[in-house]
Amino acid sequence: MESDTPEVVTRHRLSTRIWHWVNALVVIVMLMSGLMIFNAHPRLYWGQYGANFDHAWLEIGSSGDAGYLKLGSLRVPTTGVLGHRIEANGAVNRRAFPGWATIPSGYSLAAGRRWHLAFAWPLALGLIAYWITILVNRHARDLTPRPAELAPRHLWQEIKDHARLRFPTGAAALRYNTLQKLSYSGIIFLILPLIVLTGLAMSPAMDAAWPWLTDIFGGRQSARSIHFICAFAMVAFILVHLVMVILAGPLNEIRSMVTGRYRLPKAKEEAP
Amino acid sequence: MISRRTLLIGSTGALLTGCDRLDRSETFRGVLRSAEGLTMRAQRLITDRNALAREYDAADMSPIFRANGTRMPATPDYQRLAAGAFADWRLAVDGLVARPLSLALGQIRQMPRRTQITRHDCVEGWSAIGKWTGVPLQTVLDAAGLRQEARYIVFHCADRFGPHPYYESIDLIDAFHPQTILAWAMNDRILQIPHGAPLRLRVERQLGYKHAKYLMRIEAVADLASVYRGRGGYWEDSNDYEWYAGI
Repeated sequence: MESDTPEVVTRHRLSTRIWHWVNALVVIVMLMSGLMIFNAHPRLYWGQYGANFDHAWLEIGSSGDAGYLKLGSLRVPTTGVLGHRIEANGAVNRRAFPGWATIPSGYSLAAGRRWHLAFAWPLALGLIAYWITILVNRHARDLTPRPAELAPRHLWQEIKDHARLRFPTGAAALRYNTLQKLSYSGIIFLILPLIVLTGLAMSPAMDAAWPWLTDIFGGRQSARSIHFICAFAMVAFILVHLVMVILAGPLNEIRSMVTGRYRLPKAKEEAP
Repeated sequence: MISRRTLLIGSTGALLTGCDRLDRSETFRGVLRSAEGLTMRAQRLITDRNALAREYDAADMSPIFRANGTRMPATPDYQRLAAGAFADWRLAVDGLVARPLSLALGQIRQMPRRTQITRHDCVEGWSAIGKWTGVPLQTVLDAAGLRQEARYIVFHCADRFGPHPYYESIDLIDAFHPQTILAWAMNDRILQIPHGAPLRLRVERQLGYKHAKYLMRIEAVADLASVYRGRGGYWEDSNDYEWYAGI
C-alpha cells in the first residue's frame, strides 16, 4: 500500500487530553449533584421570581401514586422513573430524579451543593485555561467551520453521511468534519460558558456585584431555567459523543484521547 | 460476556457508591468544604463591600410571597408574646457591646427606617420579590457600641426545630451593609407571623436561611466556635449547610 500519510499519527495534544479527562469526571459530578439540587425544588420558571404559587413552565411531581413531568400544558406520566417510584426496600420515593442519577444518592441538598460548588471551580477555571490554550496553540482554528462548510448543501451531505455511518478514512479522518466542529465549539464556546454564567447569576452576592448577570438572562429564575436546559444539552452531547466513539472504533478513539496516538482508519476498499 | 448496558449501569453504580462513601468521609467533606472559603474570598475580592442587591419596582413584586421554615413558633413564650401583639416583646442587644440594649417594638419602629424591594432567594432554588421596611442593623449596633473584639453578629430566634433554637450569624461586612435591616414591616403591612413577626433579619446578598425570623436577641461575639455547635447557624450545625450563603 502506498500512502503519503503515516498510519499512526498524534491526534490530540496533551492539553486537550488532560482537559477531556478532567471534564469527564467534573461534568458527571456537576450533572449528578445538580440533579440533587434540582430535587429540592423541581420546578422551573421564567423571569425574576418564581416559587410555588407562580406558574412553572416545567415541573416534576407526583399525585397519588403516579409521577409526572409537566412541560407547559403537556403532562407526561413518569411513574417509576421521575416523581414517584418504589424503592427496593418498598419505600415510596417522591423525589423528582431517582437516587441513581444524583450525588449523593440519598436526598441531601447541603451535600449536593457542597459537591456542586466545589467542582464548579475546576469546571470554570478549566474552561478558561482551555480557551487560552487553544487560542495560543491555534487549535481553536481546527474547531471553526469554514464558510463553505456551513453551506446548507454541504451540511446536508454530512448529515446523510453520518446517518449512514459513512465516516471519513485516511487523511480526511485527521480533520474534524463540520458536525464535529459545530458540536465541539458549541460546547466549548456556548454551552459551557452559559452554564458557568447562569450558575453565577443564581448567586445573590454575584448579582449584587454584577447586576448585568441577571439582566442578560432576563432574571434569576430565567437563569436557573437556562442553566437546566444547558445541562441537558450537555447530557445530549455526551450521549451522542459516546455513541459516535463506539461506532468509530472505541479502542482507537479512546487510545487517541489517552496517549494521543491514533491509527488512521483505512478506506473500505483497502481493508483486507 | 458483559453487555454495554450492564457495564454502564455497573459503572454508574460504582461511581455512586464511591461518591456516597466519599461523602461520608470527614476528610473529603473538608476538601469539598474548603471551596466555600475560596468562593467567599473570591466573591468578596470582586465585590464592593457596599455593593447593593438589586432593588425592584412595586410592579415586579411576587403576587404571593411564600412563607417557609417555621410559620408559627410553637413555644409558649412566643405564643404569649404574639397573643399580646408583641407589647411585652423586647429585643436584647448584648455580647461584646459597650451598652447592652433592651428595645421594645415601638422604640424600634421609631428608629430611622429603610424600605427596599428585594429578591429573596431560597437555597432550594425558588425566588420571591417583596418589600421590606426596618431599621438598618448598623443603627442598632452603633447605639449599642460594638467593642473592638467583635467579629460576628449572632441572631437568636424564638422558633425551635425540635430541641434546637434557630439562630444565624453574619460577619461585620454584612452587618454594616446598608441593606442589612431588621424588618418589622413587609409589603406595606406590619410583619406577619409566618414571615417572622415581630422582627426579622434581611441580609440581601445571602440566601434565605440567613434571614433569621422571630428575633429575640442580637449578640456580638469574637468567634462562632462557642455558639451552639460552632458552625454559625442552625442549618450549618444540623445539616452541614454553608455558613457563607452568598452563592
